[in-house]
Amino acid sequence: MTPNPERNNSLLLQPSRPVGIVGYGVYIPRYRLPATEVSKQWTGGAGGVPIKEKAVPGLDEDTATIAIEAARNALARAGLAGRDLRAIWVGSESHPYAVKPTSTIVAEAIDAVPLLQAGDWEFACKAGTEAIIAAVGLVGSGMADYAMGIGADTAQGRPGDALEYTAAAGGAALIIGPAHEALARFEGSLSYVTDTPDFWRRPGAEYPSHGMRFTGDPAYFEHVVTAGRLLMEQMNRTAADYRYVILHQPNVKFPSRAAKMLGFKPEQVETGLLSGVIGNTYSGASLVGLTAVLDEAQPGDRILVVSFGSGAGSDAISLEVTEKIEERRHLAPTTKQYIDRRVVIDYATYLRFRGKIKMK
Amino acid sequence: MHIARNWRIKKQRYSLHGEICHHCGAHVFPPRDVCPECAKPAYDPAQLSGLGEVYSFTTVYNAPEGFQTQAPYPLALIKLEEGPMLTAQLTDVDPDRVEIGMEVEMVTRKLSVEGDEGLINYGYKFRPRMAA
Ligand SMILES: [Zn+2]
Repeated sequence: MTPNPERNNSLLLQPSRPVGIVGYGVYIPRYRLPATEVSKQWTGGAGGVPIKEKAVPGLDEDTATIAIEAARNALARAGLAGRDLRAIWVGSESHPYAVKPTSTIVAEAIDAVPLLQAGDWEFACKAGTEAIIAAVGLVGSGMADYAMGIGADTAQGRPGDALEYTAAAGGAALIIGPAHEALARFEGSLSYVTDTPDFWRRPGAEYPSHGMRFTGDPAYFEHVVTAGRLLMEQMNRTAADYRYVILHQPNVKFPSRAAKMLGFKPEQVETGLLSGVIGNTYSGASLVGLTAVLDEAQPGDRILVVSFGSGAGSDAISLEVTEKIEERRHLAPTTKQYIDRRVVIDYATYLRFRGKIKMK
Repeated sequence: MHIARNWRIKKQRYSLHGEICHHCGAHVFPPRDVCPECAKPAYDPAQLSGLGEVYSFTTVYNAPEGFQTQAPYPLALIKLEEGPMLTAQLTDVDPDRVEIGMEVEMVTRKLSVEGDEGLINYGYKFRPRMAA
């Protein structure tokens, strides 16, 4: 068989037209539930807790409102209007409606309607990066100049379940555009997915279930480490070529250990590791970490992002920061500002905020 | 059901779409196609900045249907930087921290929910301003 010159044999995803992130925005709700409030309920405060505290949405917040504010912040940094976007894709596992897209609510609120692609993506915590890679494809093919991908969630854990310590709320939006306008150039991505039964939720079930022994090695570490390693191999890179790494962060321990397995040092991890102070924002997690890194990265810095979604898969994305970062990062509130805007609540208030108290 | 009405006014509800009077330059919100300043027709669309300050406020304890789960909540008269005055809920603020003259900014939040199976209505609220 003669090789087809049109065929791309690389494992990397790289668009034919160079693209990058032209704007980014984050949103984190202001309420915090300390993990000790949870352990007091269920273990009398005995034993360790996986994080310090998690971000909890207020009564008037959901995935749509989180996505809207992140989207507005991304537009402000990009210097674009909603109408400039040719796509808005929202990845989440907590869309407000089972049927009725979150993406059209966001599009309407930021005045991007009516001439654009809109749709909701679902792949547990990987839905956000999947939407971003689709946006890279749309802009990278030349079909559009600007496309927005969002990862946002208001995750729920069953009362008393281990996930209750960490299931948090937050999100981030990235606008993909031509590389010459980018504050961070997209260098390539690589995805790794398998059918793995680590975590799921059936339709109509209020809370997720998880296959305990599957959540660590065969799921999170297998996918995150393999995707990250293969991406670096394909690009002839090592951990030393990157200034920052951001891994999906269901807690603090998993991403710290996976980063070490990939050869990264703690100083490359710490800026983008936020789960200790905001919890696991699911589809938002790796992207919110990325916004914290972009808030302080310098031109020329390389960034590796690896998401993880149960079920299971990882997207590894390689970025290089450009000189445009300096003039744009102050055009919207920083991730640290949202983290510092913090009001501690107790377990009873948390139950009320999360609708776990049913009233007549 | 208010589905049709909520749908018609979603632009002003979601993101403060108003009007500007091309006779005297006054901003108009909510849109009413007549300038409240000079009484001439005003229908050019204008996006308001969402920045303003608390002009007066109260706390709602007995909320109307659809809003009960949020009570008590502060309700304020907001004077927008462009001039128009409007009534809106304040959010992300403790009721006892609200004061006249407090600088606020618009955010889009859930306004009300129509039971377990109905629509979720989104719209503007105001919160203490975050510096960009
Ligand atoms: Zn007038």
